[in-house]
Amino acid sequence: METLNRTRLLAVARKEIIQLRRDARSLILAFALPVVLLVLFGYAITWDVNDIALGVVDSDRTQASRELINAFVASGYFHVEARCERSSELEDLLERGRVRIGLVIPVGFARDLDFESGASVQALFDGSDANTAGIAMGYARAAVQTYAMRILLKGQALSFPLRPQSRVWYNEDLSSRNMIVPGLVAVIMMIIAAMLTSLTISREWERGTMEQLAATPVSRLEVVLGKLLPYLGIGLIDVLVIATLGMVLFDVPLRGSPLLLMVLSTAFLLGSLGLGLVISAVAKSQLLATQLAMITTFLPAFLLSGFMFAIDVMPAPLQAISYLIPARYFLVVTRGIFLKGVGVEVLFVQGLLLIAFAAVGLFAAVRVFKKEII
Amino acid sequence: MGQGERRFERVKEMVQKELRQILREPRLRRLIFLSPIIQLVVFGYAVSTDIRHTRTFVVDGDRTRTSRALIDAFTGSGYFRVVGRSDRPADLVSALDHGTAILGIEIQPGFTRRLESGQGADVQFLLDGTNSNVATVVRGYAERIALDFGRTAGDVPFAVPVDLRERAWYNADLKSRNYNVPAVVGTIMMLISLLLTSLAIVREREIGTLEQLLVSPLTPREMIAGKTIPFALIGMLDMMVITIVALLWFDVPFRGNFALLLSAGLLYLLPALGLGLLISTVSSTQQEAFLATFLVMMPTILLSGFMFPVSSMPKVFEWLTLLNPMRHFLEIVRGIFLKGVGIDVLWKQLAALAIMGPTILLFAASRFKRLAG
Repeated sequence: METLNRTRLLAVARKEIIQLRRDARSLILAFALPVVLLVLFGYAITWDVNDIALGVVDSDRTQASRELINAFVASGYFHVEARCERSSELEDLLERGRVRIGLVIPVGFARDLDFESGASVQALFDGSDANTAGIAMGYARAAVQTYAMRILLKGQALSFPLRPQSRVWYNEDLSSRNMIVPGLVAVIMMIIAAMLTSLTISREWERGTMEQLAATPVSRLEVVLGKLLPYLGIGLIDVLVIATLGMVLFDVPLRGSPLLLMVLSTAFLLGSLGLGLVISAVAKSQLLATQLAMITTFLPAFLLSGFMFAIDVMPAPLQAISYLIPARYFLVVTRGIFLKGVGVEVLFVQGLLLIAFAAVGLFAAVRVFKKEII
Repeated sequence: MGQGERRFERVKEMVQKELRQILREPRLRRLIFLSPIIQLVVFGYAVSTDIRHTRTFVVDGDRTRTSRALIDAFTGSGYFRVVGRSDRPADLVSALDHGTAILGIEIQPGFTRRLESGQGADVQFLLDGTNSNVATVVRGYAERIALDFGRTAGDVPFAVPVDLRERAWYNADLKSRNYNVPAVVGTIMMLISLLLTSLAIVREREIGTLEQLLVSPLTPREMIAGKTIPFALIGMLDMMVITIVALLWFDVPFRGNFALLLSAGLLYLLPALGLGLLISTVSSTQQEAFLATFLVMMPTILLSGFMFPVSSMPKVFEWLTLLNPMRHFLEIVRGIFLKGVGIDVLWKQLAALAIMGPTILLFAASRFKRLAG
């Protein structure tokens, strides 16, 4: 039967660490890449739309029309990039991408305000980036609404018949950083686990040290666990680094239990590491191993886990596939713990699935490894 | 035969040899044909920022015809789908905590009475903000539906003094697919140029055939041409395939000039192939080339405006993107596909590519020559 001796286990782990330390690429992947990704995602990349370039054609030139433009600026989401005489100029600016929205206030705007029918203004959007346009459109509507409200309230104590009161939970300022950073934990785990481990066995094959390893008096379980231990350590350090940097640099809240986060991260890591080891054993060449790891683990974790793109709006077949991606569950866990502050009572399904993933991953790694050596 | 003709013959021979070699290798064949298909499926289907059928939980404390009509206005819009109803607000909290609903609508008792008496009624929206992007758009839709409903609900239709007439140009239905699919041209051409060029050169180095090439009568410049032209051809082929699939399968509009797209594609290949060549000079194994490609591709895509708008980045990063050929090319591709603009609008981006291409290519070639020589 498989034996598990602490001294031998640690010896394998030590050997793996020494090898890792000499491999610059692996170290870059393990420590530099997570920080680079965090900085890129934290600082540079955002879906938040602000400071929208507004082009204005004010044909009315009255107090009222100026107030409307001011309402846009005062909302904090727009700045007036250009004032045009004719709407053809505005069209040109939209085409060049200099302005994202064109506001056209027709002659007689102020006069029409007093009529029953009301006045109308036109907003031309650059719709090519649907997402940004949709958000900008919402802000434009809100600005007009605020303005309309002010006009209505001027004379009389009238209010809108139906007042929507929106409250946003978990991420009150709707900042995309709060969405990205907890998700990044999952993506980086995948890079570490799959891409790093995928090299560990294929490297032995390529260098011809596999036979030596097989000849040493260590059990397969000891080899597998010994090889995984250093990576588990790296992965957990990365979780800590990302969580700390995220909280300190980017003000991401950690509302739930750090202990639960570490426990479930360990489970997710063990499963992914096992998966990486299986890939590594199957591929036998480092190049193929990295490519396989990229296609089977990293890309799905990036695209189909809900990290950036909502699973809800994907077509049914892709939604079905997403259930098979462990990162999907881990993402619910990280966002739940960071942002929602929920615990085991809410996350137990995901937690159990992750523990099952860890068990399957480790079991598969030991099984595949057995076959390899004999 | 003149000097130039002989040179042309030699490069042609080598390009043919390279193409044969590439197409013989099953792994490369898969990469060339599968990666555009996978990316098209992902960016045509999976990566959508459109909002539909948002999971909504309803707590209707009023239970009148009017409150039901309000909920119907939500489901009828197509943006919302009711996944649960309850009388107790605690259930709403739990639905948000578990993530089974993204939006909660809470209607207080007395809603209809207040609405009809003209006092003004409140409707409460609770949003799960964990996906900030979805939440922002959902909030906008929800508030608009509520306001529109309120306008027509009372006995006297409520007149709003200002009416905003919106027209979205270039992409009237605001489909994110129309924005994403053309951009796949940019990422695929970059991927092909970086990965295949560097792998092909490094492989020759690994198996030792690069030395054979060096002793052949080819000059280093001819060798570089012979090594990169096949991938330029493949890149152009991929570009045409993606364009055709985008038009016929995904119904993406094409409003501009096809010849301009082709010339821009050629211009874009120069910096891309240059970067591939550069990667080959810093990697000694195919494995290293692959990792280097990954490390270069990642920031190139993230800082290109492919998924995240450049205009929302902090100024420093916005300037940084000016050095990214993909950023310029994506502006060209999207401009041609969606806006139908021409050189008069896109000359800046074209000029940037025209400067970047030869610069990177010459730098890479000089490094390559030094290593080879």
